[in-house]
Amino acid sequence: MENLNIFIRSIFVDNMIFAYFLGMCSFLAVSKNVKTAFGLGIAVTFMLVISLPINYLLETYVLRAGALKWLGPEYADVDLSFLSLILFIAVIASMTQLVEMAVEKYSPALYASLGIFLPLIAVNCAILGGSLFMQQRDFGSVWTAVCAGGGWGIGWLLAITAIAAIRERIATYSNIPKPLRGIGITFILTALMGVAFMSFLGIKL
Amino acid sequence: MAEKVSNKSVLFNPLSKNNPVIVQVLGICSVLAVTAKLEPSIVMGLSVIAVLAFSNVIISLLRNTIPTNIRIIVQLVVVAGLVVIVSQLLEAYAYDVSKQLSVFIGLIITNCILMGRLEAFAMANRPWPSFLDGIGNGVGYAIILIIVGFFRELLGSGTLLGYQIVPQAFYEAGYVNNGLMILPPMALIVVACIIWVHRARNKELQED
Repeated sequence: MENLNIFIRSIFVDNMIFAYFLGMCSFLAVSKNVKTAFGLGIAVTFMLVISLPINYLLETYVLRAGALKWLGPEYADVDLSFLSLILFIAVIASMTQLVEMAVEKYSPALYASLGIFLPLIAVNCAILGGSLFMQQRDFGSVWTAVCAGGGWGIGWLLAITAIAAIRERIATYSNIPKPLRGIGITFILTALMGVAFMSFLGIKL
Repeated sequence: MAEKVSNKSVLFNPLSKNNPVIVQVLGICSVLAVTAKLEPSIVMGLSVIAVLAFSNVIISLLRNTIPTNIRIIVQLVVVAGLVVIVSQLLEAYAYDVSKQLSVFIGLIITNCILMGRLEAFAMANRPWPSFLDGIGNGVGYAIILIIVGFFRELLGSGTLLGYQIVPQAFYEAGYVNNGLMILPPMALIVVACIIWVHRARNKELQED
């Protein structure tokens, strides 16, 4: 039940884009049409679901103060948390590389559609942001981490698909002042969507 | 002589004509998240300048020894190392600000400006121009951060750096702080306004 709550909260209340504005760079660059936006969204969701539990295990059994207790009592007061940034980003970068190779080998069709986005994901703030929030919030178990990762990923997917759909329409139907075209209007759109998503604040299950 | 001119343009182009935030649209995440107050904006700007300049130099020194296949991982590790130093320094000397910035100092690692500059400039240039490029882009980023932070704190809280700017008489006459400015979506609108003004003045940047 608690995991379901976290899953739903991660999609709507803690939405990566509208509540924290993470992963904005690729969000702005790749939201010109729905199809590619959806592809990138899937890739991000996938990486969040994989990297969050790995980083959770790393945090619980290696990095946190006293986490190395399982090696023996003399390690009980070792605190490696200053290494967490480097390890998290290394996990994310190498997972991206691994996933890229696996997808290329086993599913060339998927690779052809995701191909260009996979390397971009290593530097998507939403992924590292997910791991850092996980560290801040002290999740109870690996499953919570999986649920939060899935929720954040789906929330990001929803956001980028929605914006891409709006941008497709706007390009054909509306007469925007010249200096605002492209990036400018996308910023304002995202802000309005963000205000709308605020209405989800306080959802409890 | 030619090199001197290009060094100068490397340093000054990113300030306006090729600004990383409002023209190249990189590193937006942190612009939006940390600018509710002016002080964290300034600290964040300084941290990014430092990390960007030094990572540019380091990558530029290593550029001939990095195998192309794993260059992204090498770049990330260099940047992550520098960011860890910055975040430990902030925790030691400016604990309050570092609490406010929370995860966003860590997120400098994935700031697209860094990866963009490392890929596009430091991998192909000698250390000194790379250093200038890092400083230029960092300052271009910090300027936008400070402008946004200035307006959001002034209009949202009536203060600047924590000191009250809007006189008490205004409040007694019925002036009210605009609470909306504190909320994150307003950062997007402020940036959109900056882009609007900037593109209205630089017609060649407008999109069709």
